Amino acid sequence: MSTKYRFTLNGQPAEVAGPPMARLLDVLRRDLGLTGSKEGCGEGECGACTVLLNHEAVCSCLVPLFQVEGASITTIEGISAGDEVSELQRVFATEGGAQCGACTPGMIVTIRALLDRHPTPTRAQVREYVSGTLCRCTGYERIFRAIEVLTDQRLAEGVASPSAKGVSGE
Amino acid sequence: MSVGYSPKTLAEAQEALGKRPVKVAGATDLLVIDHATGREHAAVLNVLGIAELQGIQVDDSGLNMGAASTFTQIRRSAGVVRHAPLLASAAATIGAAQIQNRATIGGNIANASPAGDSLPALLALNARIVIAGPRGRRVVPYDSFHTGYRTTLLEVDELIARVIVPLPSPTVQIFRKVGTRAAQAISKVVVAISGNRAGGSGLKDVRVAMGSIAAVPTRLLEVEALIQSEPLSAGLADRAAALVEKVITPIDDIRSTAEYRRHVAGQVVRRALLVLLEAPTE
Repeated sequence: MSTKYRFTLNGQPAEVAGPPMARLLDVLRRDLGLTGSKEGCGEGECGACTVLLNHEAVCSCLVPLFQVEGASITTIEGISAGDEVSELQRVFATEGGAQCGACTPGMIVTIRALLDRHPTPTRAQVREYVSGTLCRCTGYERIFRAIEVLTDQRLAEGVASPSAKGVSGE
Repeated sequence: MSVGYSPKTLAEAQEALGKRPVKVAGATDLLVIDHATGREHAAVLNVLGIAELQGIQVDDSGLNMGAASTFTQIRRSAGVVRHAPLLASAAATIGAAQIQNRATIGGNIANASPAGDSLPALLALNARIVIAGPRGRRVVPYDSFHTGYRTTLLEVDELIARVIVPLPSPTVQIFRKVGTRAAQAISKVVVAISGNRAGGSGLKDVRVAMGSIAAVPTRLLEVEALIQSEPLSAGLADRAAALVEKVITPIDDIRSTAEYRRHVAGQVVRRALLVLLEAPTE
């Protein structure tokens, strides 16, 4: 049975007909033409398909369509504003955080979720948060540097205050 | 062709459960297997929207967690961090952020993998499971829930509604997962130890639970008895490790060998006891 499911996608209302257990990743790529989210492993191990579901990072290969009814989804396409790349994407480019590019959409979305929760994360918080998004090019150092450049810049501009270290359970 | 049910209440769920749907929580195991095998389900039921399965609070029953609580919600919960730190630690070792944001405690229990990371924690915390079904609600001790490899007390028309940790919880709580790496790895061995100080350097109310060492998550009753039979000492830690190696029944599989699991399980218990021996008692 094909049912219609409604949700918010990158700030706009979306409606998709499909089987309840269709993978969100396939719905995004095939039905909605948003091919920014990549399929790596298809098992929730690599994080290449990461999107935000109600502001939390999830692997879109592990989300069945019928569970996104009424939800808010942000993909890599929703991270940039029109043709303008976000500051996060810009520092990835300037600091070498993006190399072959296979992990980059998932990595950017994962880090977006991290920065929304911890505007100036510690290195330990960054390491833990990206541990489910695999990058085999950078050794992560350039990704960490990109994040630090961005957060230093934000601190200098007074946009963010340092997040409390050792937030319980984080 | 598959039909999907998304009930908002347990009452609505009851109606749909009569159709024997596959119950879907965080889907972090289910959808992997569906996709790999191409299998389809005639009917599926989304448990994540059911009101009675939400929320974590401390009430008369204890630390009362909705079965649909994700591991992110569990590790961020002040009540869990305060009363069940070993469960907060277990939650933090499950997959990585993307998995913790989806996987639920009820799903981990119902999935009934011998390697489920939260399961030894629940054994050590003496958890109770609230099961809802057409014959009403029943509360079962978690240590009777798993009846065999991947089989449980849960009937096809029932749901896990709540998971309750009785309070006061043990003052000594230790969790250790041994895996290939800190994130994403499925465990080789999971160990959860709890108890209370017995005055002097002894322990009482000891519970030692392990995962990935038998067909089901298991309490090691003989080891528990040994540990509380005398004051803590280096000699007791050695004998406890030897007994662990003797009583567990791990297997060789793709993640590890029985020999390694026996050794490391014993050593985790030995080191935990040595840490407790040196730690100041409160």
